[in-house]
Amino acid sequence: MQDVKNKVRQFLRDNLVMGGDVAIADGTSFMEAHILDSTGFIELITFVEETFGVAVDEEEMLPENFDSLANIDGYLARKRAAKPAA
Amino acid sequence: MLLHQLFETSARKLPGKTALVCDGERHSYADIASRVDQLARLLHARGVRRGDRVALFLDNGLEMVAGVYAALRLGAVFMPVNPLTKQDKLAYLLNDSRASALVTHAALRGIWQEALLANATVHTCLVAGGSTGDSGRAGALPERCLPYPGPHDAVEGPGIEPQTIDQDLASIIYTSGSTGDAKGVMLTHLNMVSAARSISTYLGLREDDIVLCALPLAFDYGLYQVLMSFKLGATLVLERSFAFPVKVLETMARERVTVFPGVPTMFTLLMNLKGLESFGLSALRMITNTAAALSEEHIRRLRALFPQATLFSMYGLTECKRVTYLPPEQLNLRPTSVGRGMPNEEVWLVDEAGRRLPNGSTGELVIRGSNVMRGYWEKPVETAKCLKPGPIPGEMMLYSGDMFRTDEEGWLYFVGRKDDIIKSRGEKISPREVENAICSLQGVVDAAVIGVPDELLGQAVKAFVVLKEGQALNERQVIRHCLARLENFMVPKYVEFVTELPKTDTGKVRKKGLA
Repeated sequence: MQDVKNKVRQFLRDNLVMGGDVAIADGTSFMEAHILDSTGFIELITFVEETFGVAVDEEEMLPENFDSLANIDGYLARKRAAKPAA
Repeated sequence: MLLHQLFETSARKLPGKTALVCDGERHSYADIASRVDQLARLLHARGVRRGDRVALFLDNGLEMVAGVYAALRLGAVFMPVNPLTKQDKLAYLLNDSRASALVTHAALRGIWQEALLANATVHTCLVAGGSTGDSGRAGALPERCLPYPGPHDAVEGPGIEPQTIDQDLASIIYTSGSTGDAKGVMLTHLNMVSAARSISTYLGLREDDIVLCALPLAFDYGLYQVLMSFKLGATLVLERSFAFPVKVLETMARERVTVFPGVPTMFTLLMNLKGLESFGLSALRMITNTAAALSEEHIRRLRALFPQATLFSMYGLTECKRVTYLPPEQLNLRPTSVGRGMPNEEVWLVDEAGRRLPNGSTGELVIRGSNVMRGYWEKPVETAKCLKPGPIPGEMMLYSGDMFRTDEEGWLYFVGRKDDIIKSRGEKISPREVENAICSLQGVVDAAVIGVPDELLGQAVKAFVVLKEGQALNERQVIRHCLARLENFMVPKYVEFVTELPKTDTGKVRKKGLA
């Protein structure tokens, strides 16, 4: 969903990015592009939990789930699919 | 003995053994030696000579490791630069050291490209991982930049015999200074060989060890994991970072890692993981900690989680690498002590007048040994403040700026800094450097930066900012401004706007009143 990517992109720009208007493509690895360091990822995961109302399990804290906008989007979609609608 | 000879000896003895595991690849000692040789020839052909500075602005990986030894092979001086460094600071480091060459990565292009535009000394920039850059952006760059050689690229050139001796510089490592400008710590081959020997001796590291390093190699604690593993002929498993602890743990289990060096922030992340026991880390026989003290609670939990592993608490500073370690059998008796001086080194406490203090006192720690640096690169005033003549003519002792107390038996306990340097995530941060960055923001009149206690970071950076009348800025704007200029760990976590800063009678900011 574009909404997820935009919200996370805005959060990164406001809080964690190296400053300036860095373009963050959907597939950009935050680690490769030096957008986030280790504590940056912790802040990002906290943001995702609070904003999208999910609880991130430790074993889910992996690059496949969090190291790009597309990965976060995919992770949240899987998470929602796994949880029966309330 | 020269620093790179320790590696070359292992490479001759164990050519087929795995030296390095990183980025999903395994490299034998012979592989690394041939990559080092290739890179050294290329740098030599480009005109890098004995004594020249070679900056390594790279993430942990093969290129970084090869860069260290290639520079040394040439008799050049390697200069590791944290990949979180921003463009202005990188330009400062290249200019201050008058670096001749830069080895870097395409992913960092946005930073180094701008830095090179403000630098005229670097004649060769080797770029790993892709294209060498946007030639339209910088007219002067194409002649300076070329791709990092691939594994099978032949580099022709004469044999290199630079006639290096152990009094020559091996490395310059920049560290934060209380004045705000980073200072280059000059370390000779003798300094680094001595430190590597003392540390590997007291730890009891062995050839069959498998060391996992998730610390940046720009940080001397990380760098020495390479130097010591390769000295012993051990295997180094190199991780890019500790951003995904679960991934690091999986690697540790898969590679049957025996030695894990960390800092308290990493151990905190580890201990917050549930199900740590299920990772299968039974091969782990040693954990080391430095950069900041572990709390008694952390020590207790670490020992419960890894009962088979010995835990070393240590303390050091870049200016002499390591200073002390606590023998593991002392951990129960004095858990918060950082121990005593390491082998082949003498340490003691002095009072304000420089007088040696008896056990049971509090004072500044002084270090004497072959591991003590030769000074700060081209900074004689700062050098004179911390290197002072010793008992033997010509020898210099290091005044650490760190305050310690000793118990009745002489065991050391860290008390605090003599200056206002902040320690966060194990990194030293100069408040002045952060204040300077904040004050360059339009609308800011004054700023004061302090460290405040933080469970994860040790200390977190907090800034007090005074704005010009009629100016409105928010916390985020200050933080973003800092993120563009400072390494991430220096960026304030908290920003508080105040109408004025408390001052002393002489007009200096009185930080004691801030919190």
